Amino acid sequence: MSYIVADNLIKKYGEGETAVSAVDGISFKIKESEFVGIMGESGAGKSTILGMLGAMNAPTFGRLVVDGIDIYELSQEQRADFRREFLGFVFQSFHLMPYLTVMENIMLPLAVVKGGKKKKREMAKEAMNQVGLLEKAHRLPSQISGGEKERVAIARSIVNEPPVLLADEPTGNLDTKTTRGIMELFGRLNEAGMTIVMVTHSPDCAGYAQRIIKVSDGKLVGYYSERHANA
Amino acid sequence: MKANNILTFPERYKDVTLKTISIRNLLRRKGKAGFILAGLVIGVSTVVGIITFVEAMTSDINHKLEKYGANILIVPRTENLALSYGGLTLGGVSFEMQEIQEQELTRLRTIRNARNVAALGPLVLGVVNVDSKKVLMAGVDFKAAEILKPWWHVQGAVPEENEVLLGAEAARILDLSTGNQIAIKDKKLVISGVLQPTGSQDDQLIFTRLVTAQTIFNKSGRISMAEVAALCKDCPIDAMVKQISDVLPGAKVMAIQQVVKGRMAALAQFKKFSYGISGVILFIGSLVVLVTMMGSVRERTDEIGIFRAIGFRKRHIMKIIFMEASIVSGLAGIIGYFIGFGAAKAALFVLIENHSGYVPFRYELAFGAVMTALILGLVSSAYPAFMAARLDPNEALRSL
Repeated sequence: MSYIVADNLIKKYGEGETAVSAVDGISFKIKESEFVGIMGESGAGKSTILGMLGAMNAPTFGRLVVDGIDIYELSQEQRADFRREFLGFVFQSFHLMPYLTVMENIMLPLAVVKGGKKKKREMAKEAMNQVGLLEKAHRLPSQISGGEKERVAIARSIVNEPPVLLADEPTGNLDTKTTRGIMELFGRLNEAGMTIVMVTHSPDCAGYAQRIIKVSDGKLVGYYSERHANA
Repeated sequence: MKANNILTFPERYKDVTLKTISIRNLLRRKGKAGFILAGLVIGVSTVVGIITFVEAMTSDINHKLEKYGANILIVPRTENLALSYGGLTLGGVSFEMQEIQEQELTRLRTIRNARNVAALGPLVLGVVNVDSKKVLMAGVDFKAAEILKPWWHVQGAVPEENEVLLGAEAARILDLSTGNQIAIKDKKLVISGVLQPTGSQDDQLIFTRLVTAQTIFNKSGRISMAEVAALCKDCPIDAMVKQISDVLPGAKVMAIQQVVKGRMAALAQFKKFSYGISGVILFIGSLVVLVTMMGSVRERTDEIGIFRAIGFRKRHIMKIIFMEASIVSGLAGIIGYFIGFGAAKAALFVLIENHSGYVPFRYELAFGAVMTALILGLVSSAYPAFMAARLDPNEALRSL
């Protein structure tokens, strides 16, 4: 059974004759615990698709269903709740809060989650364990390397144990060795049952995905599956 | 050892809450927070300073106005109409002089605003012959007269028993001076002093102690009228007149309206002007908060976008902004109060001659200052908070 169903998604910016189509009738399905990469040239509509999957960018037309929930039938505040409960985001530029420590950055999504302090600390500890950053919990983002920042960002995105992880060029600012480490981490998270959708330019990174959705000019131009991204 | 530290380290962390985010943000943007703080401190301290100054001035003016003497007269109730106008009395017309029992004046202690009575001066009047000239003699309470007639300056001494004090004009016409003796109704009275000219009717009179006059006029325990100096900072003078009338139904109680109303009107004008200025300054202070908060929200677009992306609701964003505003505003209220209070004290010391410099600490004003700062801070932050909450997370994400 498909976990994420995108049905004829269309996204236009502007109105009338000046309207620009960023996404033009894309449909796809993603199974639970699947690792999917979205590839395409700059301006192809990858980030728009990710924004729509992230319940942040309502399509002009079409439906997006996640775990049976028609996302854009929800109110804005319900979509915020959905993001908190269902999604984890990893951004290219990490976007950690510079005034919070590593530990606090990781605990950030829990600031608006009900639950005891002890439980929240346990969740943060578990997330830090997964990314291997326990020993740097007390440091500020300015005191850690780019790769570590990326791992903090990943820990932040998985701390509330969401079923889906969305990543936008997660290794765009990292060197090859660190990139490999991050992709292996994604692989482990996926093996643990997390559905991952990753936008990337890098064929190497795409190689870690089970399936690639390739887009061009806002249209879906092909699928590659079972780690054949390099083909 | 290290492994043990690693395992226990997170236990030392407190929970990350919206309050944590607000406080850390303020500490991070000290310049902006300081600017908001300064804007509100200026507004609040100005208002506190002006209010404290005005209150102290009011108190000071009231205190000084006490020295302008009586402002309420108690006279016997009569059914006759006055036959004098502009200081001229029609000759040949006389009335039977009515009196008030001196004992009745003790009832003034029972009125609601008794503590506003600064001085009560009973007065007995009568006509006496001195060297075949008719002169008006008044028996007064000289202690009360110090407050009721502060313009009196005595050359000589205040009369003791069997002594008199002459008005300047009376001394001139009777050709008498300090140390002379006069005989009134077979009673020898020594002139203890002469009043310097006052420009009032007092210049024409002979004054003696109340008991002496009552003995001479055979009016023991009775008085012709009484003067009251009422301090009416906290009460309307009309209310005091009514209260005195109620306890002295046989007397006619009159307020010297012009003085009191003029005094109050001047103070009211000054207060209105001061509060107007305060309002303008507070308005400017709130604009500073609004503009700075708007700038802060714009700067934090990406941060707010991330918050929204990871599931913060609009109200969470607004809560963060309002919490920041509350912390800065509360602090501004406290600092503003103390600066305003100090400034008012300094201004009173420098500007008001003979001011004691004592300005009481007022809890209600301090509370009002903090509440005003909080309300201003929150109201001025409402629009920026609303804008921040409305921020489209996708727009923020695209800007990253």
